[in-house]
Amino acid sequence: MIDILNILLTDSFWAASLRIATPLIFGVLGALICERSGTLNLGIEGIFVVGAMCGWMATWLGAGLWGGIIVAFICGAFFGLIHAVLTVPLGLSQHVSGLGITLFATSVSYFTYRTALPDVASPPRIEPFQPLDIPVLSDLPFVGLVLFQQTALTWLALLMVVLVWYVLNRTNLGLAIKAVGDNPNSVDAQGLSVYAIRMWAIVIGSALMALGGAFLTMSAFDAFFFGMVNGRGWVCIALVIFASWRPGKALIGALLFGAFDALQVRLQTEMGAFVPGQVFLMAPYVLSIVALVIAARSADYPRALLTPWFKGQR
Amino acid sequence: MIRIEPREKISNSSTVLIPIIAAVVSLLFAAIPLLAAGANPFVAYVEMAKGVFGSVFAISEMLTRATPLIYTGLAAAIAFRAKLWNIGAEGQLYLGAIAAVTVGSGFFDLPAVLLLPLIIVLGGCAGAAGMAAPTYLKVRFGADEVVTTLLLNFIIIIFLQMLLEGPLQDPMGLGWPQSAPILDQGMFPPLIDRMRIHSGLILAVLLAVIAHFMIKYSVWGFKLRAVGENSAAAKHAGININRSLFGVALLSGGLAGLAGVSEVAGLKGYLTADLSPGFGYAGIVVAMLAGLSPLGVLIASVFIASVFVGADSMSRAMGISSFLADLVVSVSLLCVLVGGFISKFKIVRAGTGKRFK
Repeated sequence: MIDILNILLTDSFWAASLRIATPLIFGVLGALICERSGTLNLGIEGIFVVGAMCGWMATWLGAGLWGGIIVAFICGAFFGLIHAVLTVPLGLSQHVSGLGITLFATSVSYFTYRTALPDVASPPRIEPFQPLDIPVLSDLPFVGLVLFQQTALTWLALLMVVLVWYVLNRTNLGLAIKAVGDNPNSVDAQGLSVYAIRMWAIVIGSALMALGGAFLTMSAFDAFFFGMVNGRGWVCIALVIFASWRPGKALIGALLFGAFDALQVRLQTEMGAFVPGQVFLMAPYVLSIVALVIAARSADYPRALLTPWFKGQR
Repeated sequence: MIRIEPREKISNSSTVLIPIIAAVVSLLFAAIPLLAAGANPFVAYVEMAKGVFGSVFAISEMLTRATPLIYTGLAAAIAFRAKLWNIGAEGQLYLGAIAAVTVGSGFFDLPAVLLLPLIIVLGGCAGAAGMAAPTYLKVRFGADEVVTTLLLNFIIIIFLQMLLEGPLQDPMGLGWPQSAPILDQGMFPPLIDRMRIHSGLILAVLLAVIAHFMIKYSVWGFKLRAVGENSAAAKHAGININRSLFGVALLSGGLAGLAGVSEVAGLKGYLTADLSPGFGYAGIVVAMLAGLSPLGVLIASVFIASVFVGADSMSRAMGISSFLADLVVSVSLLCVLVGGFISKFKIVRAGTGKRFK
């Protein structure tokens, strides 16, 4: 127990937690926007892969780091658009379409990567985002390392939490997004297009998911590997339910998950001698299921989630 | 303005035609990545066809690849019929395989007539347990089975790696993370000499036929369809929804477990953590292409297996990445989904009621 307390008191532990949480923050926010408007987006796992591959490759080809982020954003939006067309105007199964998008996006990324780099055993590396060394602030004890030595993408993720919260809770647009997810007929009666709002929500949500993937190759690491997303997308889907579809709670959920993941890595080095390492590797997925089970009963699902809506049919 | 209206009746021909069109379109789509990779698509298609149908050996390889897809395709088809979203066939496959090597690699030294059935039954039970757990969490706590089964896939594979470096590791395996081989009398008998095709295929076909008759003609099959199509009405009619769901879960998980048994006790002989290149996920595509019909699964699994085997052989001949196969498979899933829309709905001009096209 003393060991765990010691770990929890170090600033490097909390810095790692925020770093691990960053892709999840993007992913949870993206999934949250989609689901608030009434559409489950199981394409998230594949869109993470696309963001990771495209952002990294664009940077490697010379687009620059922010150029890579824009490319990842656009590619994520593109796959989101496919999901949006299939699930909103066509009203097809959101489960199957989402899984299809995941398979499609993953195979497009892998094929493109293999075709562009057929022979390399280890992928070329890029110069990734560096920690923002903010003068004075980054020298502060504790918070200096935790907050002010993160990369720009982590700050972007935190900014997005505020932005998504503001749009959903303080603007008419947010009201409309929540309404199409709860009661699309009421939005239609207002003369707004249910199709347009739902589709835009999926496109923007998917683009955010891709940024989560891009963080992996452009900030957490500096290269792309097969299987590097490793279920992070699915974890986000569980975290959205845990967060009751609220941006603030989504941030807390992602941070808790990041902290747990950082803790298991540290415990692994301390207790690895007498507990198999896989026990710790399994822990984050087990934790996600536990969080889901705890939250599921009281979950306040958007009422029109999974229900397609057709104009003129009531 | 245009409007979308449901058709009164889905024509029989469209249920057969749409998967075929989806398969053809997805194959034609492959020309785009092939051109992008600088290959001649026609040469590539010929190479693929040669790799699948070029010889008896090629066909036997394709059917060997189709075998696990029949099991996982049936697993998905049965679960999806009841709207139980079992996306965990990949993990359940490994549970079946773990059970198979645990009992089959010397734990019981039984004659073949006893050992192989024992392996099959226990492998199926392990897979069934792997789906029963998330179904319990769904029924008892309302935890979405899509997420839990997906996450369980990762947990089970890590668990397997732990076993392969621990209790299941082959003491004669020079430290490689692989299990001890299954005893000879515990293996599925081969179908043709000097080829890898094995009698796991016969069992798979048999199960598909049984599943077809059960769904179509048994009371259980009627309940399954009722729960899937309108669970509120099914409940009203006195069907115990939770019990039906558990039945479906056990069957679906068991079939996925048998895919693992068939791979390990029919093909590989021992278990490694890369036993399945995503058979569980491909099974979902098989089931959708099959229109969730067990007999359709037989045809769809042959198509998907052909894509994988053909792309592998084209990849060896032309140096194009075999990820092309995954691309074709995923596009076929999206195409069949859109096809389903076309068969169920028609587009009409609002107001006039006339057909748009």
